[in-house]
This record gives sequence, structure tokens and C-alpha cells, in this order.
Amino acid sequence: MANFESLISKPLSMFAACLLSGSALAADLTVSAASSLTNAFKDIAPLFEARNQGTKVLLNFAASGALLQQIAKGAPVDVFASADQETMNQAQAQSLIRIGERRDFAANKLVVIVPADGKQRPQAVADLVQPTYVRIAIGLPASVPVGRYTQDVLQRANLWAAIEPKLITAQNVRQVLDYVARGEVDAGFVYATDAAVMPDKVRTALTVPTETPILYPIAPLAPSANAEAARNFVTFVLSAPAQAVLAKYGFGKP
Amino acid sequence: MDGAWIALALTLKVAGWATLLNLLLGIGLGWLIARGRFVGREFLDALLTLPMVMPPTVLGYYLLVLIGRRGPIGSWLQSTFGINLIFTWQGAVIAATVVSFPLVYKASRAAFEAVEPQFEQAARVLGHGEWVVFLRVTLPLAWRGILAGVLLAFARATGEFGATLMVAGSIPGKTQTLSVAVYEAVQAGQDDVANFLVLVTSITCLVVLIAAGKLAPGHIAGQTSR
Repeated sequence: MANFESLISKPLSMFAACLLSGSALAADLTVSAASSLTNAFKDIAPLFEARNQGTKVLLNFAASGALLQQIAKGAPVDVFASADQETMNQAQAQSLIRIGERRDFAANKLVVIVPADGKQRPQAVADLVQPTYVRIAIGLPASVPVGRYTQDVLQRANLWAAIEPKLITAQNVRQVLDYVARGEVDAGFVYATDAAVMPDKVRTALTVPTETPILYPIAPLAPSANAEAARNFVTFVLSAPAQAVLAKYGFGKP
Repeated sequence: MDGAWIALALTLKVAGWATLLNLLLGIGLGWLIARGRFVGREFLDALLTLPMVMPPTVLGYYLLVLIGRRGPIGSWLQSTFGINLIFTWQGAVIAATVVSFPLVYKASRAAFEAVEPQFEQAARVLGHGEWVVFLRVTLPLAWRGILAGVLLAFARATGEFGATLMVAGSIPGKTQTLSVAVYEAVQAGQDDVANFLVLVTSITCLVVLIAAGKLAPGHIAGQTSR
């Protein structure tokens, strides 16, 4: 019975600590980044924190379009990194970013992936029209940049109408990756860097040239309360150590 | 705005099927746990209540792993019957059924436990078999409590989002229910579409609740509390 008190009080105090913690501190820097940046930014954040004592980086990953909507609706975000120019242009048109500090920091490629244990591998995008490809996953074009690149490619090749009935639209690029990795779809369109995250589960069948190059822009947000830290983070992402991390995950130079 | 009506029709179809399935499963298992005496009864009760407290994403993940193409159930269905559930409205029904099941089950169990055994005993003494006793005595006495749970389950199934999105995806006209359509519209910044969908959803829920009140006037609250 001697332990009874600690048995109760320990979880209780931990619970109280949980209730009281979690609110953003002034020194916290919130970075909203495209889903495809997940692994790279998770590595970059601690490097930045090590060089900027006292600043804690909070990472928020989602489809670029979804992140833009959060920012436009007033989410307290300091830095925005998008997977395409169009989403950042929309942010710029709404005066949400510091225009003069917008930079391109990475490049990527659109690829077609198939499950690693799958029996078929398309030789060209047109092969996906064949009935053996029952389901094809893409990002939702309305809010996911990789879906928009995909739609553009398929429309230019006059394949959209034939492939559209097979499409499974995902909420972000990593969901496409997951669907292919689980074998729930026969093929999917993702970035080369996403395919590289699961080399044992998916195979890259094709690299698909896009009309507009896939360039990732980053910018501090206009309403940010941490303007200086936000600017520092953008500068750091362009610096050699962060670029090395991006290169490690397969991103190209802008 | 046609998309909203299609999403509404699909939502009602999915919730309707889920409720129908839960009516059978919930009453059956509710009766079993209320009247049965066997080893592991409390464990089974906890297991059956689990979907109520677990996050829908956890349930969605379980379902994806079980009924997915490579899952033990999914691969069996595929090889035996050629059935695939992921990304189909039937998959959405399964997700909604699992998530809303405890509401019917809990209400049924409580309702069956509240039935006086004397009435059933009396029917047996009069020479009626167990099935007749259940259908003509137990079920009618427990019905109001069960109905309350069924209506709540229907409402819960109507609003199901997390597990549905994971299992059935979001295919307009096929698996895109109202809640998923709202999510997508907001993500894409289509506020006018979102506003309309939200309005349709709110009115639908109100109608369901009012209908619930009409179906079982005044007795729902009293019978479900335990």
C-alpha cells in the first residue's frame, strides 16, 4: 500500500502536464511543407535548431493546396514550402507571403510507380489505358500539386478521358505511395523522391516529362510573428547543409 | 451542385446498409451478451465496444490491413469470389458498420437486460418455444431501447469520415460521401461547394434527429441510460 500514492500521483501529474503543455511558444517556428518534403524537412529541422538555439521548428505536412487553405484561413504559420509554383502563386496573389523573399529550393520528377511484387510494368504512359491496369492512383488535382502535374501530362497525351474512370484520387502524394505499396492500386503517379522512400515496396516504371519543370518554392509568410526566424529558415534551406539533405533524398537543384 | 445530391444519396445508401447490418449484428450479439453466461463474456463485451472508443483511423487501418488486396480476408475474398472491397461503396458500408456497431450493440444489451425475465418465464410456462418467446415477448419489450441505438448508429454512420476515407477512398459518385466531399472541397479552397455541402449535411442530420424523435416519442432517453 506504500506505493499506492505514487501509483496514483505519477500518472496524475503526467496527465496534468499533458493538459498544460502543447501551446506554441514565441520561439516556435511553424513550417508548413508539402507532403513530398516529409523526410527531408524532418532531417533539416534539427540541423536548423542546432544552429539557432532556442528556436523549435514545428513541421506541418499536407498537400500544398490544403496548406494554402489553412494559411489563407489564418493559421499561424511562419514558413510555407510548396511542391509547385501555382500554389505559391495563389499565396502570393492573396499577399500571404513576403514576395521579395520567395525562393526556389528544390526540383523533382514525376514518375509512374507499380507495386514491387506486381507482374506488369508499363513501358509508356499510354500502356496504363490497357484493361489490366484496373486502378490508378493520383493526387487530387484540385489540391495536390502532383495530381495537377499528372492531369496535365495525361491531358496533353490525350489519355485523360481513357484513364479517368480508373482513377483513385488521394489527399496527398504519400497516400498515392501508400496505395501502391499496399498493392491496392496497379499504378500511381508520384515524385521520384517519394518512390525512393519505399524502394522495397514500389518500383519506378517510368519517368514522365512534365510541361513545366517541377520546382519547389519556399517563402516566409507575411503575417508571421517570427519574421527573422522565418527568414533564417528560408536562408538555411538554401544553404549547403540543407541542400545536402535534399540531395540525399533525391531532390534536384532548382 | 449536382455532386452534393449524389453524395447525399450515397451517404444515405451507405448509412442505410450499415444500419441494417448493425440491426442484425447488434441485436444478435446484444442478446447473446445480455443472456449468455460463458467464459470470456466480459472480454467479448469489451471487444465489441472497442470501435466506439478507438479512433476511426485505427479502425480504418485495421480494415485496410484485413480486407485489403493482401490482407487475410481481402485476398481470400479476391481468390474465392473475385470480390474486392477497397475503393468500393461496399467497403464504405463495412467501415460505417464497424464504427457505428457499438451504438446498436450497447443499446440492445441494455434493453435486453432491462426486460423482466418473469414475462419470458410466463411465456415458456404457456408452452412457447424460445424463438417465439424472443420474437413475441423479449424483442417487443426491448424494442424502444434498441431503436434509440439504431437511430444513433444511423446518424453516426452518416457522419463517418476517417475509416471510410481510408478504406473506400474518395471517388465522386462511387465512394465520396458527404463528409468526405466537404473535406475535399475545403482542402481545395472551394468554399461555395463546401458551404452548400455543409448546409445539405446539417439539414439531413436535423431531419434524421426529428424523425428519431417522432419514431420513439419521449422514451428514447429513459431507455438508453443505464
